[in-house]
Amino acid sequence: MRRLLIVAIPYLWLLAFFLVPFVIVLKISLSDTALARPPYFPQLDLYAGWTGVRDFLSGLDLENFAFLATDALYWKAYLSSLRIAAVSTLIALLVGYPIAYAMARANQSWRPTLLMLVILPFWISFLIRVYSWMGILGQEGYLNQLLIGVGIISDPLTILNTNVAVYIGIVYTYLPFMVLPIYASLGRMDESLLEAAEDLGCSRFQAFRLVTLPLSRPGIIAGCFLVFIPAIGEFVIPSLLGGSGTLMIGKVLWEEFFSNRDWPVASAVAIVLLLILIVPIIIFQRNEQRRQEAES
Amino acid sequence: MSEPARFAPWEDPDAKPLIRFRGVTKRFGTFTAIDGIDLDIFESEFFALLGPSGCGKTTLMRILAGFEDPTEGSILLDGNDLAGAPPNKRSTNMMFQSYALFPHLSVFDNIAFGLRRDRLPAGEVRARTEEMMALVKLQDLTDRRPHQISGGQRQRVALARALAKAPRLLLLDEPLGALDKKLRRETQFELMDIQERTGTTFVIVTHDQEEAMTVATRVAVMDHGRIAQVADPTGIYEAPNSTYVADFIGDVNIMKGRATPADGTVSIEWAEGQPALRCATELRLEKGVTAFIAIRPEKVSISSRRPGNSPNAVAGRVLDIAYLGNVSTYHVEIAGGQVIKAQTANTDRVARQEFTWEENVWLYWSETAGIVLER
Ligand SMILES: Nc1ncnc2c1ncn2[C@@H]1O[C@H](COP(=O)(O)OP(=O)(O)OP(=O)(O)O)[C@@H](O)[C@H]1O
Ligand SMILES: [Mg+2]
Repeated sequence: MRRLLIVAIPYLWLLAFFLVPFVIVLKISLSDTALARPPYFPQLDLYAGWTGVRDFLSGLDLENFAFLATDALYWKAYLSSLRIAAVSTLIALLVGYPIAYAMARANQSWRPTLLMLVILPFWISFLIRVYSWMGILGQEGYLNQLLIGVGIISDPLTILNTNVAVYIGIVYTYLPFMVLPIYASLGRMDESLLEAAEDLGCSRFQAFRLVTLPLSRPGIIAGCFLVFIPAIGEFVIPSLLGGSGTLMIGKVLWEEFFSNRDWPVASAVAIVLLLILIVPIIIFQRNEQRRQEAES
Repeated sequence: MSEPARFAPWEDPDAKPLIRFRGVTKRFGTFTAIDGIDLDIFESEFFALLGPSGCGKTTLMRILAGFEDPTEGSILLDGNDLAGAPPNKRSTNMMFQSYALFPHLSVFDNIAFGLRRDRLPAGEVRARTEEMMALVKLQDLTDRRPHQISGGQRQRVALARALAKAPRLLLLDEPLGALDKKLRRETQFELMDIQERTGTTFVIVTHDQEEAMTVATRVAVMDHGRIAQVADPTGIYEAPNSTYVADFIGDVNIMKGRATPADGTVSIEWAEGQPALRCATELRLEKGVTAFIAIRPEKVSISSRRPGNSPNAVAGRVLDIAYLGNVSTYHVEIAGGQVIKAQTANTDRVARQEFTWEENVWLYWSETAGIVLER
């Protein structure tokens, strides 16, 4: 009985917090908009019995998905989201790897402090941290004040409300997710492996390329997915830091829901987004599994 | 048939050492890990470094491999100063205490790793790697990863990897530490065999004095960063230069007393009212100085009656008997409370134990059984 409960709990969790909402959203995505409350049609009328269910099912169709395919806005938004997420992931990797490497090579007594510093931003609300970037990147922001003050530039740079600001925001926000798994894989590495590589004729750099890098690969893959997956659907950062030219599917979704009040199309956008995310999520899970196997 | 020439280049004053340590000192902060070592190691030697934990064995190896720089002194390889040469520019290879196999590479790729760094053509790399795998009998494990093979196999991969580049000097840091006793024994002979066939100079670190005695041409016993004695295994065992070395290598009884020199021998008064012990020695001792006699247990005989004409006979009482199968060791308490060990070989399967607990016995030994030491 207890075993059954232990097995059942994750499934119940999945049912309550993923499958049920998913079915609701899927249902809405197959409906039509209506000027009503809730703003879509058909509604399932259980009092009408069997005919009610039949009427409800016959009212569902794939119109909204067909609509997504016809309007270029949507697939452009998807592509642009993928691109922004991919570029941000790459930048986060380039920034995060050296940080993780330095942490793993740091003196043993320093490591907990450094780890703490990486995690520290999580203690402040995400929204506040993104807002504060507006203060930094704006025309009159701290960055421009500093650069002008030092004399590097004479006219303020336009960073806020461009894609550059979105990249900065995403990389900043998700950097710990890149650093932590890479740090974990580097920290586990036996340092005598590097000495062995050098002993066998490697230069420092070759030893890094042939030993450190391959051994930290599971951490790199994990980190990339942990940044890439949430970045695709990111909504707050492009809304606050991005401009009119920033096209991201999260923003489109929000606008469909709250500006257009077109719940069915918004739901269809969400379903397609989910389908797009499933592939990297599965690859990520596979990688995690292999990582755990390698550890044991 | 003529006897093969004994391999002992260290006795030849004209022989050129492969490795020469000159006043090598290594300090970590204020702590001196290696303290002014002078040492020559010759081509094709199997040189063992022996000593208690923390005496600086690994540090000495790491200096040789180039992972640490000596604070003072220099090391010459073939007469060339190694100072400043990084590990990847030295013709030494190291087999690590932890093996340090690359977990992401197969057995084959691990062994080929060093060869590939030399940019040898692929065919040559393959041939040499296969040769090495055959040498350590690993042909069947080509594609396995290190975590898919046994501890003993891992150790052989590490050995093959270190040997593959045909180094002038192979450094082995406690290579057999992780193996059980039987496998250890076998591997020791395998190591000696490989060393003989390849002619490579080996320097091996070990905790196990029996291992050092088995494999080495010469043994260095270390003590707190210094070398207490360097000699061939027989020399270390039969002619230790100090009680420290005598005590470190094998079992030994040490008796302390005041010396009275005579011609070619010395008498040691070791206890009030007991006859002095006589021992042959070439040492010239002052009369009345403190000296030690070190005697191995197997050189002490035991008898229930007073031996007739032995130069050294001491009465005692059996405290303990350790039966080890092939030998029995008697722990005998003598005057003054000191316990002396005497060992007898068990040559007959059914012969009953001759002596029992609490029995009064006599211990005796010849003039040349023990060795006189000044410290
Ligand atoms: N990097 C270092 N910094 C400070 N002290 C060190 C360092 N490396 C070694 N030591 C010290 O030098 C001494 C000798 O160490 P070493 O590792 O050479 O001992 P060892 O003889 O190999 O011992 P074991 O048999 O336990 O392996 C030890 O007291 C050790 O604490
Ligand atoms: Mg050591």
